[in-house]
Amino acid sequence: MSMPFYVSPEQVMKDRADYARKGIARGRSLVALEYAGGIALVAENPSGTLHKISEIYDRIAFAAVGKYNEFEMLKIAGIRHADVRGYSYSREDVTARALANGYAQTLGQVFTHEMKPYEVEILVAQIGEQEGEPNEMFHILYDGTVMDEHGFTVLGGQAEAISDSLKADYTEGLDVGAAIRLGTKALGSPDDREIAADQLEVAVLDRTRPRRKFRRIDDDEVAGLLANA
Amino acid sequence: MIDQPLPTFAPGSDPGPSFFELLRRVSPDALPGANLPVLNGSGAGLGAPGTIEVPHGTTIVCIKYAGGVIMAGDRRATEGYTIASRRIDKVSQCDHWSAMAIAGAAGPGMEMVRLLQTELEHYEKVEGEPLSLEGKANKLSQMIRANLPAAMQGLVVVPLFCGFDLRKGEGRLYKYDVTGGKYEEADYATTGSGSVHARNWIKAGFKLDMSQEEAVNLGLLALFQAADEDSATGGPDPVRRIYPTVAVVDRDGYVKLEADDVEGRSLELLQGRSAQ
Repeated sequence: MSMPFYVSPEQVMKDRADYARKGIARGRSLVALEYAGGIALVAENPSGTLHKISEIYDRIAFAAVGKYNEFEMLKIAGIRHADVRGYSYSREDVTARALANGYAQTLGQVFTHEMKPYEVEILVAQIGEQEGEPNEMFHILYDGTVMDEHGFTVLGGQAEAISDSLKADYTEGLDVGAAIRLGTKALGSPDDREIAADQLEVAVLDRTRPRRKFRRIDDDEVAGLLANA
Repeated sequence: MIDQPLPTFAPGSDPGPSFFELLRRVSPDALPGANLPVLNGSGAGLGAPGTIEVPHGTTIVCIKYAGGVIMAGDRRATEGYTIASRRIDKVSQCDHWSAMAIAGAAGPGMEMVRLLQTELEHYEKVEGEPLSLEGKANKLSQMIRANLPAAMQGLVVVPLFCGFDLRKGEGRLYKYDVTGGKYEEADYATTGSGSVHARNWIKAGFKLDMSQEEAVNLGLLALFQAADEDSATGGPDPVRRIYPTVAVVDRDGYVKLEADDVEGRSLELLQGRSAQ
Protein backbone atom coordinates (compact mmCIF):
# COMPACT_ATOMS: atom_id res chain seq x y z
CA MET A 1 0.00 0.00 0.00
CA SER A 2 1.40 3.35 -0.94
CA MET A 3 1.44 6.07 1.65
CA PRO A 4 0.72 9.69 0.65
CA PHE A 5 3.50 12.11 1.35
CA TYR A 6 3.17 13.98 4.61
CA VAL A 7 2.30 17.62 4.08
CA SER A 8 2.17 19.86 7.13
CA PRO A 9 -1.11 21.70 7.79
CA GLU A 10 0.78 24.98 7.59
CA GLN A 11 1.86 24.13 4.08
CA VAL A 12 -1.65 23.08 3.04
CA MET A 13 -3.15 26.35 4.29
CA LYS A 14 -0.40 28.40 2.72
CA ASP A 15 -0.86 26.69 -0.64
CA ARG A 16 -4.57 27.27 -0.55
CA ALA A 17 -4.16 30.89 0.43
CA ASP A 18 -1.65 31.43 -2.36
CA TYR A 19 -4.00 29.80 -4.81
CA ALA A 20 -6.91 32.00 -3.74
CA ARG A 21 -4.82 35.16 -3.74
CA LYS A 22 -3.53 34.46 -7.22
CA GLY A 23 -7.04 33.96 -8.52
CA ILE A 24 -8.22 37.20 -6.94
CA ALA A 25 -5.23 39.16 -8.24
CA ARG A 26 -6.13 38.27 -11.82
CA GLY A 27 -9.23 40.46 -11.75
CA ARG A 28 -9.73 44.20 -11.36
CA SER A 29 -10.13 45.88 -7.99
CA LEU A 30 -12.99 47.63 -6.24
CA VAL A 31 -13.21 50.45 -3.71
CA ALA A 32 -15.87 51.48 -1.24
CA LEU A 33 -15.88 54.94 0.33
CA GLU A 34 -18.07 56.55 2.93
CA TYR A 35 -19.30 59.98 1.89
CA ALA A 36 -21.53 62.52 3.56
CA GLY A 37 -24.82 60.97 2.40
CA GLY A 38 -23.92 57.28 2.32
CA ILE A 39 -21.47 54.80 0.85
CA ALA A 40 -20.15 54.81 -2.72
CA LEU A 41 -19.01 51.58 -4.37
CA VAL A 42 -16.78 51.88 -7.42
CA ALA A 43 -15.50 48.86 -9.35
CA GLU A 44 -13.54 48.50 -12.52
CA ASN A 45 -15.78 46.25 -14.59
CA PRO A 46 -15.91 46.34 -18.38
CA SER A 47 -19.10 44.25 -18.44
CA GLY A 48 -22.38 46.14 -18.22
CA THR A 49 -24.40 43.06 -17.27
CA LEU A 50 -22.21 40.86 -15.07
CA HIS A 51 -22.31 42.87 -11.89
CA LYS A 52 -19.75 42.97 -9.10
CA ILE A 53 -21.97 45.22 -6.98
CA SER A 54 -25.52 44.31 -5.98
CA GLU A 55 -28.36 45.15 -3.68
CA ILE A 56 -28.94 42.72 -0.81
CA TYR A 57 -31.57 44.45 1.30
CA ASP A 58 -32.97 47.86 2.20
CA ARG A 59 -29.75 49.26 3.67
CA ILE A 60 -27.27 46.59 2.64
CA ALA A 61 -25.15 46.24 -0.47
CA PHE A 62 -22.83 43.48 -1.63
CA ALA A 63 -19.63 43.93 -3.60
CA ALA A 64 -17.06 41.36 -4.62
CA VAL A 65 -13.98 40.71 -6.67
CA GLY A 66 -12.57 37.42 -7.93
CA LYS A 67 -14.26 34.55 -9.68
CA TYR A 68 -17.67 35.60 -11.00
CA ASN A 69 -19.57 32.32 -10.59
CA GLU A 70 -18.41 31.97 -7.00
CA PHE A 71 -19.32 35.43 -5.79
CA GLU A 72 -22.57 35.41 -7.76
CA MET A 73 -23.56 32.30 -5.82
CA LEU A 74 -22.58 34.01 -2.56
CA LYS A 75 -24.61 37.07 -3.54
CA ILE A 76 -27.73 34.98 -4.11
CA ALA A 77 -27.16 33.14 -0.82
CA GLY A 78 -26.97 36.53 0.90
CA ILE A 79 -30.18 37.78 -0.69
CA ARG A 80 -31.89 34.55 0.38
CA HIS A 81 -30.64 34.88 3.92
CA ALA A 82 -31.77 38.50 4.11
CA ASP A 83 -35.20 38.03 2.57
CA VAL A 84 -36.06 34.97 4.67
CA ARG A 85 -34.97 36.76 7.81
CA GLY A 86 -36.83 39.94 6.94
CA TYR A 87 -39.97 37.99 6.11
CA SER A 88 -39.90 35.85 9.26
CA TYR A 89 -39.04 38.70 11.63
CA SER A 90 -39.08 42.27 10.42
CA ARG A 91 -37.21 44.39 7.91
CA GLU A 92 -35.19 46.08 10.66
CA ASP A 93 -33.87 42.72 11.88
CA VAL A 94 -31.79 42.18 8.76
CA THR A 95 -28.26 43.33 9.59
CA ALA A 96 -24.94 43.46 7.80
CA ARG A 97 -23.27 41.90 10.84
CA ALA A 98 -25.33 38.71 10.69
CA LEU A 99 -24.82 38.51 6.97
CA ALA A 100 -21.06 39.04 7.26
CA ASN A 101 -20.90 36.27 9.86
CA GLY A 102 -22.80 33.98 7.51
CA TYR A 103 -20.35 34.72 4.73
CA ALA A 104 -17.39 34.23 7.04
CA GLN A 105 -18.73 30.83 8.12
CA THR A 106 -19.34 29.75 4.55
CA LEU A 107 -15.97 30.92 3.24
CA GLY A 108 -14.11 29.53 6.27
CA GLN A 109 -15.73 26.15 5.85
CA VAL A 110 -14.98 25.97 2.14
CA PHE A 111 -11.41 27.10 2.75
CA THR A 112 -10.64 24.32 5.22
CA HIS A 113 -12.83 21.48 3.99
CA GLU A 114 -13.07 21.69 0.23
CA MET A 115 -10.55 20.79 -2.43
CA LYS A 116 -10.37 24.35 -3.66
CA PRO A 117 -10.94 27.60 -1.76
CA TYR A 118 -13.20 30.28 -3.21
CA GLU A 119 -11.20 32.87 -5.12
CA VAL A 120 -13.23 35.82 -3.87
CA GLU A 121 -13.08 38.79 -1.56
CA ILE A 122 -16.37 40.34 -0.56
CA LEU A 123 -17.71 43.43 1.08
CA VAL A 124 -20.97 43.78 2.96
CA ALA A 125 -21.84 47.45 3.45
CA GLN A 126 -24.71 48.90 5.44
CA ILE A 127 -25.61 52.55 5.86
CA GLY A 128 -27.01 54.06 9.01
CA GLU A 129 -30.66 54.93 8.53
CA GLN A 130 -30.50 58.32 10.18
CA GLU A 131 -28.02 61.15 10.06
CA GLY A 132 -25.29 60.34 12.58
CA GLU A 133 -26.04 56.62 12.79
CA PRO A 134 -22.76 54.92 11.83
CA ASN A 135 -22.23 52.99 8.61
CA GLU A 136 -20.83 49.48 8.69
CA MET A 137 -18.48 47.89 6.21
CA PHE A 138 -17.36 44.28 6.59
CA HIS A 139 -14.55 43.11 4.36
CA ILE A 140 -14.38 39.31 4.18
CA LEU A 141 -11.44 37.40 2.75
CA TYR A 142 -11.33 34.07 0.90
CA ASP A 143 -10.53 32.19 4.15
CA GLY A 144 -13.36 33.70 6.19
CA THR A 145 -11.36 36.44 7.88
CA VAL A 146 -13.65 39.38 8.66
CA MET A 147 -12.46 42.95 8.96
CA ASP A 148 -14.57 45.84 10.15
CA GLU A 149 -13.59 48.84 8.01
CA HIS A 150 -14.14 52.57 8.38
CA GLY A 151 -13.78 55.40 5.91
CA PHE A 152 -12.80 53.40 2.86
CA THR A 153 -11.77 49.90 1.91
CA VAL A 154 -10.24 48.26 -1.15
CA LEU A 155 -10.84 44.75 -2.50
CA GLY A 156 -8.66 42.96 -5.00
CA GLY A 157 -5.10 42.17 -6.00
CA GLN A 158 -3.85 45.74 -6.07
CA ALA A 159 -5.41 46.65 -2.75
CA GLU A 160 -2.24 47.93 -1.15
CA ALA A 161 -1.26 50.38 -3.87
CA ILE A 162 -4.84 51.64 -4.17
CA SER A 163 -5.15 52.01 -0.39
CA ASP A 164 -2.01 54.10 -0.32
CA SER A 165 -3.45 56.43 -2.91
CA LEU A 166 -6.72 56.71 -0.99
CA LYS A 167 -4.97 57.26 2.32
CA ALA A 168 -3.32 60.33 0.88
CA ASP A 169 -6.49 61.90 -0.52
CA TYR A 170 -9.46 60.63 1.49
CA THR A 171 -11.27 62.95 3.86
CA GLU A 172 -14.55 62.57 5.69
CA GLY A 173 -17.69 64.31 4.50
CA LEU A 174 -17.08 64.18 0.74
CA ASP A 175 -20.04 64.69 -1.57
CA VAL A 176 -21.06 61.82 -3.80
CA GLY A 177 -19.35 63.15 -6.95
CA ALA A 178 -16.08 63.74 -5.15
CA ALA A 179 -16.20 60.25 -3.61
CA ILE A 180 -16.71 58.62 -7.02
CA ARG A 181 -13.95 60.73 -8.61
CA LEU A 182 -11.59 59.83 -5.79
CA GLY A 183 -12.42 56.13 -6.05
CA THR A 184 -11.90 56.15 -9.82
CA LYS A 185 -8.59 57.93 -9.51
CA ALA A 186 -7.42 55.47 -6.85
CA LEU A 187 -8.38 52.46 -8.99
CA GLY A 188 -6.19 53.78 -11.81
CA SER A 189 -3.32 54.87 -9.56
CA PRO A 190 -1.19 51.66 -9.40
CA ASP A 191 -0.37 51.86 -13.10
CA ASP A 192 -1.26 55.48 -13.77
CA ARG A 193 -4.29 54.94 -15.95
CA GLU A 194 -7.38 57.02 -16.49
CA ILE A 195 -10.44 54.79 -16.28
CA ALA A 196 -13.35 55.74 -18.53
CA ALA A 197 -16.96 55.72 -17.30
CA ASP A 198 -17.92 52.72 -19.45
CA GLN A 199 -15.22 50.65 -17.73
CA LEU A 200 -16.72 51.36 -14.32
CA GLU A 201 -19.54 49.91 -12.30
CA VAL A 202 -20.78 52.41 -9.74
CA ALA A 203 -23.52 52.19 -7.13
CA VAL A 204 -24.37 54.01 -3.92
CA LEU A 205 -26.20 53.38 -0.72
CA ASP A 206 -27.93 56.72 -0.48
CA ARG A 207 -29.37 57.71 2.90
CA THR A 208 -31.86 60.13 1.34
CA ARG A 209 -33.71 57.41 -0.58
CA PRO A 210 -36.98 56.12 0.92
CA ARG A 211 -36.66 52.42 1.78
CA ARG A 212 -34.34 50.72 -0.65
CA LYS A 213 -31.19 52.79 -0.33
CA PHE A 214 -29.29 51.04 -3.11
CA ARG A 215 -29.00 52.79 -6.43
CA ARG A 216 -26.94 52.01 -9.52
CA ILE A 217 -25.40 54.99 -11.24
CA ASP A 218 -25.39 54.46 -15.01
CA ASP A 219 -22.49 55.19 -17.35
CA ASP A 220 -23.84 58.55 -18.52
CA GLU A 221 -24.29 59.81 -15.01
CA VAL A 222 -20.85 58.53 -14.01
CA ALA A 223 -19.31 60.26 -17.04
CA GLY A 224 -21.03 63.48 -15.96
CA LEU A 225 -19.72 63.16 -12.40
CA LEU A 226 -16.18 62.37 -13.57
CA ALA A 227 -16.10 65.32 -15.95
CA ASN A 228 -17.37 67.60 -13.22
CA ALA A 229 -14.05 67.73 -11.36
CA MET B 1 -31.72 32.84 14.56
CA ILE B 2 -28.08 32.04 15.19
CA ASP B 3 -25.52 32.97 12.61
CA GLN B 4 -24.81 29.97 10.45
CA PRO B 5 -23.42 29.24 7.03
CA LEU B 6 -25.74 30.62 4.38
CA PRO B 7 -28.22 28.21 2.83
CA THR B 8 -27.04 26.45 -0.31
CA PHE B 9 -28.94 24.01 -2.50
CA ALA B 10 -28.07 21.10 -4.74
CA PRO B 11 -28.71 21.92 -8.41
CA GLY B 12 -31.87 19.80 -8.46
CA SER B 13 -33.50 21.50 -5.50
CA ASP B 14 -32.42 25.08 -6.05
CA PRO B 15 -35.41 27.40 -5.65
CA GLY B 16 -34.19 29.75 -8.39
CA PRO B 17 -35.27 33.37 -8.20
CA SER B 18 -38.56 32.60 -6.41
CA PHE B 19 -38.89 33.57 -2.76
CA PHE B 20 -42.02 31.44 -2.41
CA GLU B 21 -40.08 28.32 -3.44
CA LEU B 22 -37.19 29.30 -1.18
CA LEU B 23 -39.49 29.62 1.82
CA ARG B 24 -41.07 26.28 1.00
CA ARG B 25 -37.63 24.71 1.30
CA VAL B 26 -36.07 26.51 4.26
CA SER B 27 -39.04 27.44 6.40
CA PRO B 28 -42.28 25.83 5.22
CA ASP B 29 -44.08 26.74 8.44
CA ALA B 30 -43.74 30.40 7.56
CA LEU B 31 -45.79 30.00 4.37
CA PRO B 32 -49.29 31.44 4.49
CA GLY B 33 -51.80 28.68 5.08
CA ALA B 34 -49.23 26.35 6.68
CA ASN B 35 -50.50 24.39 9.67
CA LEU B 36 -54.07 24.85 8.57
CA PRO B 37 -56.16 22.43 10.59
CA VAL B 38 -57.89 19.82 8.50
CA LEU B 39 -61.60 19.95 9.11
CA ASN B 40 -63.51 16.73 9.43
CA GLY B 41 -67.04 16.41 8.15
CA SER B 42 -68.59 17.97 11.22
CA GLY B 43 -66.09 20.79 11.19
CA ALA B 44 -65.31 20.18 14.85
CA GLY B 45 -63.14 22.80 16.46
CA LEU B 46 -63.46 25.56 13.95
CA GLY B 47 -67.11 25.47 13.11
CA ALA B 48 -68.49 24.35 9.80
CA PRO B 49 -66.54 25.26 6.67
CA GLY B 50 -67.18 28.81 5.66
CA THR B 51 -68.12 30.03 9.10
CA ILE B 52 -64.77 30.96 10.63
CA GLU B 53 -65.20 34.41 12.08
CA VAL B 54 -62.25 36.56 11.13
CA PRO B 55 -62.09 40.17 9.98
CA HIS B 56 -63.09 40.61 6.35
CA GLY B 57 -62.15 43.44 4.07
CA THR B 58 -64.80 44.71 1.74
CA THR B 59 -64.93 46.92 -1.34
CA ILE B 60 -62.00 47.75 -3.60
CA VAL B 61 -61.97 49.32 -7.04
CA CYS B 62 -59.44 49.77 -9.80
CA ILE B 63 -59.88 52.10 -12.79
CA LYS B 64 -57.72 52.68 -15.83
CA TYR B 65 -57.12 56.22 -17.07
CA ALA B 66 -55.03 57.77 -19.83
CA GLY B 67 -51.69 57.66 -17.99
CA GLY B 68 -52.05 54.58 -15.80
CA VAL B 69 -54.38 53.09 -13.20
CA ILE B 70 -55.86 54.15 -9.89
CA MET B 71 -56.73 51.81 -7.08
CA ALA B 72 -58.95 52.64 -4.13
CA GLY B 73 -60.40 50.83 -1.15
CA ASP B 74 -62.70 51.64 1.75
CA ARG B 75 -61.28 51.34 5.27
CA ARG B 76 -63.69 48.97 6.98
CA ALA B 77 -63.12 45.38 8.09
CA THR B 78 -66.06 43.42 9.46
CA GLU B 79 -66.32 40.33 11.61
CA GLY B 80 -69.82 38.97 11.17
CA TYR B 81 -72.08 41.93 11.98
CA THR B 82 -69.41 43.74 13.97
CA ILE B 83 -67.00 46.34 12.66
CA ALA B 84 -63.57 44.84 13.33
CA SER B 85 -61.54 47.80 12.11
CA ARG B 86 -62.31 51.26 10.81
CA ARG B 87 -58.84 52.04 9.53
CA ILE B 88 -57.58 48.99 7.69
CA ASP B 89 -55.53 49.75 4.58
CA LYS B 90 -56.46 47.46 1.72
CA VAL B 91 -54.39 49.05 -1.02
CA SER B 92 -50.68 48.26 -0.91
CA GLN B 93 -47.67 48.87 -3.05
CA CYS B 94 -46.18 45.66 -4.46
CA ASP B 95 -43.10 47.11 -6.08
CA HIS B 96 -42.20 50.33 -7.83
CA TRP B 97 -44.68 49.82 -10.68
CA SER B 98 -47.48 47.75 -9.23
CA ALA B 99 -50.11 47.73 -6.53
CA MET B 100 -52.52 45.25 -5.06
CA ALA B 101 -55.70 45.53 -3.04
CA ILE B 102 -57.35 42.81 -1.00
CA ALA B 103 -60.92 41.87 -0.29
CA GLY B 104 -61.95 38.89 1.77
CA ALA B 105 -60.27 37.45 4.88
CA ALA B 106 -57.99 40.25 6.06
CA GLY B 107 -55.30 38.17 7.79
CA PRO B 108 -54.44 35.82 4.92
CA GLY B 109 -54.87 38.74 2.51
CA MET B 110 -52.29 40.89 4.23
CA GLU B 111 -49.95 37.92 4.46
CA MET B 112 -50.35 37.45 0.72
CA VAL B 113 -49.46 41.09 0.13
CA ARG B 114 -46.30 40.74 2.20
CA LEU B 115 -45.35 37.55 0.39
CA LEU B 116 -45.88 39.09 -3.05
CA GLN B 117 -43.88 42.19 -2.09
CA THR B 118 -40.98 40.02 -0.95
CA GLU B 119 -41.32 37.75 -3.98
CA LEU B 120 -41.08 40.62 -6.47
CA GLU B 121 -38.19 42.29 -4.70
CA HIS B 122 -36.38 38.96 -4.31
CA TYR B 123 -36.69 38.19 -8.00
CA GLU B 124 -35.46 41.65 -8.92
CA LYS B 125 -32.40 41.36 -6.69
CA VAL B 126 -31.45 37.83 -7.72
CA GLU B 127 -32.01 38.34 -11.45
CA GLY B 128 -30.89 41.96 -11.61
CA GLU B 129 -34.09 43.09 -13.36
CA PRO B 130 -37.76 43.14 -12.42
CA LEU B 131 -40.40 40.68 -13.62
CA SER B 132 -42.72 41.77 -16.42
CA LEU B 133 -46.15 42.98 -15.27
CA GLU B 134 -47.75 39.85 -16.68
CA GLY B 135 -45.19 37.79 -14.74
CA LYS B 136 -46.09 39.57 -11.51
CA ALA B 137 -49.80 38.99 -12.12
CA ASN B 138 -49.19 35.28 -12.74
CA LYS B 139 -47.15 35.01 -9.56
CA LEU B 140 -50.08 36.38 -7.58
CA SER B 141 -52.32 33.89 -9.32
CA GLN B 142 -50.16 31.02 -8.02
CA MET B 143 -50.31 32.39 -4.49
CA ILE B 144 -54.10 32.56 -4.57
CA ARG B 145 -54.20 28.99 -5.83
CA ALA B 146 -51.91 27.94 -2.97
CA ASN B 147 -54.45 29.50 -0.61
CA LEU B 148 -57.26 27.31 -1.96
CA PRO B 149 -57.36 24.88 1.01
CA ALA B 150 -57.82 27.85 3.35
CA ALA B 151 -60.38 29.35 0.98
CA MET B 152 -62.39 26.12 1.18
CA GLN B 153 -62.63 26.74 4.90
CA GLY B 154 -63.91 30.24 4.42
CA LEU B 155 -60.65 32.20 4.39
CA VAL B 156 -61.23 33.51 0.89
CA VAL B 157 -58.88 36.14 -0.52
CA VAL B 158 -59.81 37.82 -3.80
CA PRO B 159 -57.40 40.62 -4.66
CA LEU B 160 -57.13 43.08 -7.49
CA PHE B 161 -53.75 43.70 -9.02
CA CYS B 162 -52.66 46.57 -11.23
CA GLY B 163 -49.53 48.18 -12.50
CA PHE B 164 -47.88 50.11 -15.23
CA ASP B 165 -46.53 47.95 -18.05
CA LEU B 166 -43.34 49.70 -19.14
CA ARG B 167 -43.02 47.57 -22.27
CA LYS B 168 -46.53 48.37 -23.48
CA GLY B 169 -46.49 51.87 -22.03
CA GLU B 170 -49.92 51.61 -20.37
CA GLY B 171 -51.61 50.78 -17.11
CA ARG B 172 -53.10 47.27 -16.79
CA LEU B 173 -55.36 45.66 -14.24
CA TYR B 174 -56.32 42.14 -13.23
CA LYS B 175 -58.97 40.51 -11.11
CA TYR B 176 -58.85 37.01 -9.67
CA ASP B 177 -61.18 34.29 -8.55
CA VAL B 178 -60.72 32.08 -5.54
CA THR B 179 -58.97 29.33 -7.51
CA GLY B 180 -56.30 31.72 -8.76
CA GLY B 181 -58.02 32.35 -12.09
CA LYS B 182 -56.66 35.59 -13.48
CA TYR B 183 -58.75 37.88 -15.64
CA GLU B 184 -57.33 40.97 -17.22
CA GLU B 185 -59.86 43.78 -17.44
CA ALA B 186 -59.68 46.50 -20.05
CA ASP B 187 -61.19 49.45 -18.16
CA TYR B 188 -62.05 48.81 -14.53
CA ALA B 189 -62.58 46.11 -11.93
CA THR B 190 -64.17 45.88 -8.51
CA THR B 191 -64.32 43.18 -5.89
CA GLY B 192 -65.57 42.65 -2.35
CA SER B 193 -69.04 42.74 -0.81
CA GLY B 194 -69.95 46.16 -2.19
CA SER B 195 -68.46 45.49 -5.60
CA VAL B 196 -71.73 45.28 -7.53
CA HIS B 197 -72.79 48.77 -6.47
CA ALA B 198 -69.32 50.18 -7.02
CA ARG B 199 -69.12 48.61 -10.45
CA ASN B 200 -72.43 50.04 -11.57
CA TRP B 201 -71.40 53.55 -10.63
CA ILE B 202 -68.06 53.21 -12.37
CA LYS B 203 -69.81 51.77 -15.42
CA ALA B 204 -72.08 54.80 -15.57
CA GLY B 205 -69.27 57.31 -15.15
CA PHE B 206 -66.45 55.66 -17.08
CA LYS B 207 -64.93 57.28 -20.15
CA LEU B 208 -61.93 56.11 -22.15
CA ASP B 209 -58.75 58.08 -21.52
CA MET B 210 -59.95 59.96 -18.48
CA SER B 211 -57.54 62.20 -16.61
CA GLN B 212 -56.09 60.95 -13.33
CA GLU B 213 -58.23 63.54 -11.56
CA GLU B 214 -61.45 62.16 -13.06
CA ALA B 215 -60.46 58.56 -12.36
CA VAL B 216 -59.69 59.27 -8.69
CA ASN B 217 -62.98 61.11 -8.21
CA LEU B 218 -64.91 58.34 -9.95
CA GLY B 219 -63.29 55.77 -7.66
CA LEU B 220 -64.23 57.77 -4.57
CA LEU B 221 -67.80 58.18 -5.82
CA ALA B 222 -68.08 54.43 -6.47
CA LEU B 223 -66.84 53.63 -2.95
CA PHE B 224 -69.24 56.18 -1.46
CA GLN B 225 -72.17 54.60 -3.30
CA ALA B 226 -71.08 51.08 -2.35
CA ALA B 227 -70.94 52.14 1.31
CA ASP B 228 -74.44 53.58 0.92
CA GLU B 229 -75.87 50.21 -0.10
CA ASP B 230 -73.57 47.66 1.54
CA SER B 231 -73.34 47.47 5.33
CA ALA B 232 -69.86 45.97 5.26
CA THR B 233 -68.36 48.86 3.30
CA GLY B 234 -67.26 51.92 5.21
CA GLY B 235 -68.13 55.36 3.86
CA PRO B 236 -66.19 58.60 4.35
CA ASP B 237 -66.06 59.42 8.06
CA PRO B 238 -65.52 63.17 8.67
CA VAL B 239 -65.93 62.71 12.46
CA ARG B 240 -62.87 60.46 12.79
CA ARG B 241 -61.31 61.82 9.60
CA ILE B 242 -61.15 58.40 7.99
CA TYR B 243 -61.29 58.34 4.19
CA PRO B 244 -60.59 55.74 1.52
CA THR B 245 -57.05 54.76 0.57
CA VAL B 246 -56.25 55.83 -2.97
CA ALA B 247 -53.11 55.01 -4.94
CA VAL B 248 -52.02 55.83 -8.47
CA VAL B 249 -49.60 53.84 -10.64
CA ASP B 250 -48.30 55.58 -13.74
CA ARG B 251 -45.07 55.67 -15.76
CA ASP B 252 -43.21 57.16 -12.80
CA GLY B 253 -44.34 54.43 -10.43
CA TYR B 254 -46.61 53.98 -7.44
CA VAL B 255 -47.83 56.98 -5.46
CA LYS B 256 -50.27 56.88 -2.57
CA LEU B 257 -52.44 59.97 -2.46
CA GLU B 258 -51.93 62.19 0.58
CA ALA B 259 -54.58 61.86 3.29
CA ASP B 260 -55.36 65.60 3.02
CA ASP B 261 -55.92 65.32 -0.70
CA VAL B 262 -58.35 62.42 -0.28
CA GLU B 263 -60.09 64.22 2.57
CA GLY B 264 -60.59 67.31 0.39
CA ARG B 265 -62.04 65.28 -2.45
CA SER B 266 -64.27 63.24 -0.12
CA LEU B 267 -65.67 66.35 1.58
CA GLU B 268 -66.37 67.89 -1.81
CA LEU B 269 -68.15 64.71 -2.82
CA LEU B 270 -70.27 64.74 0.35
CA GLN B 271 -71.14 68.39 -0.14
CA GLY B 272 -72.12 67.77 -3.75
CA ARG B 273 -74.38 64.92 -2.62
CA SER B 274 -76.09 66.84 0.18
CA ALA B 275 -76.87 69.72 -2.18
CA GLN B 276 -78.91 67.40 -4.37
